[in-house]
Amino acid sequence: MSNTIKVSVWRGAKDGEYQTFDVPRQPSQTVLDVITYIQRHIDPTLSYRFACRVGVCGSCAMTVNGRPRWTCRTHVDKVATDGTLTVAPLRNLEVVKDLACDMTTFFEKMNRAEGKFHPTKTRDDDFAFIKPDDKKRKQAAAGIECIGCGVCYAACDIVDWNKDYLGPAALNRAWTLVNDERDGGNEIRLAAVAGDAGCHACHSQQGCVEHCPKHLSPTHAITGLKRETAKAAIKGLLGGGD
Amino acid sequence: MPGAQIETKLWVWQRLSAAVLGVCVFVHLGMIIYAVQGGLNAAEIITRVSGNFLWFVFYAVFILAVAVHAPIGVRTILNEMTPLSPKATHLVMAVLCLVILVMGFRAVIGLYQAGAGL
Repeated sequence: MSNTIKVSVWRGAKDGEYQTFDVPRQPSQTVLDVITYIQRHIDPTLSYRFACRVGVCGSCAMTVNGRPRWTCRTHVDKVATDGTLTVAPLRNLEVVKDLACDMTTFFEKMNRAEGKFHPTKTRDDDFAFIKPDDKKRKQAAAGIECIGCGVCYAACDIVDWNKDYLGPAALNRAWTLVNDERDGGNEIRLAAVAGDAGCHACHSQQGCVEHCPKHLSPTHAITGLKRETAKAAIKGLLGGGD
Repeated sequence: MPGAQIETKLWVWQRLSAAVLGVCVFVHLGMIIYAVQGGLNAAEIITRVSGNFLWFVFYAVFILAVAVHAPIGVRTILNEMTPLSPKATHLVMAVLCLVILVMGFRAVIGLYQAGAGL
C-alpha cells in the first residue's frame, strides 16, 4: 500500500474543475475519511455533507470513480484499484458547491409521489394487527429501509433525460405505502405515480438496484406500481379527466 | 399526474398486445421453420395457407395486435426522444395504427381471397 493516495475532487458548482490532493493512506480508510482529511488538514473551504458516518443518515452520497456511492461505507481499498480516487457530486441534482448537492427536487418528488402516510384511524382506535408473514407487509418491508441517500436517483438514466420523472426512491417509497394496510391514500397515490413521469417511464435498466447501498430493489417496487396502477386504470380510478 | 388514466391504459394495451404477439410470432415462425424442413418454399406455403379461414383469423389477430402494440411503442419513443408535443405524438400513433391496419388487412384479405378463388 502506497503511503498516499491521489484524490481528484470537484470544486465549484455546475461550472468548475477537479482539484487534486495527496492524502495519507490509513488502514480501513473510507472515502468519507479521505474527503474529511482534505477539509480538516488541507483545504477548509471544501464543501461536502455528512452526518452519521455509519450508513444510517444517507447524507454523504457522492460520485466515486464514476459511480454513485455512500462514501461513509465505501472503503478506499475497494474502489481505488489503480491507487487514485475521483470524487464528484451526485449526478442529476443541482450542485450547491463542491460535493454538496441540493436535494430539494429529490425530496419534493417523494411528496409528489404521495410518499406520505394517510392515516385511516385515530389515536382512540385500537392498533392495526398485521401478521409478520402477511404478503403486503413483506412487500412493504422489502423497501422500507431506504435511507434517502439519492444514490439510485443519481444512477438512473431516465432521471437524466426526463427531469420530471419521479425517480426510483420516490416510487419505492410510494410502493411501501401502497402495501401499508393502515394507509388510506392509495387512490390519489396511484394517480400520482402513474404516467410518463411516473412508474411507466421506468425502462427497468436497474441502475438503481445495481447501486443501492441498502440492496433494495426499486425496480421491483416500480413493477408492483405498474401492476396496481393498471388495476386502478381498468376500474377508472386514476382520474385526470381522461 | 396529468394523463395518468390514459397513459396507464395505453401501457396495459401494449402489454396485452405483446402477449398476443408473442404467441403469434411463435406460431408464424414455427410454422415456417416446420414447413421448410419438408422442402416447401414460400410460394408453396402461401398456396396451402391461402383460402383457409382459420389462418385468415390467425393473421387478422396478428395484424390487430401489431396495430395496437407498435403505435403505442412509437408514441413512447417519440415522447422520450423528440421535442414533439404529446398531441403530435398521439396523432402519429393514430395514423400509424391506421396505416398498419389498412396495409395488414389488405395483405391478409388478399392472401385469403387468392386461395378461396375470389
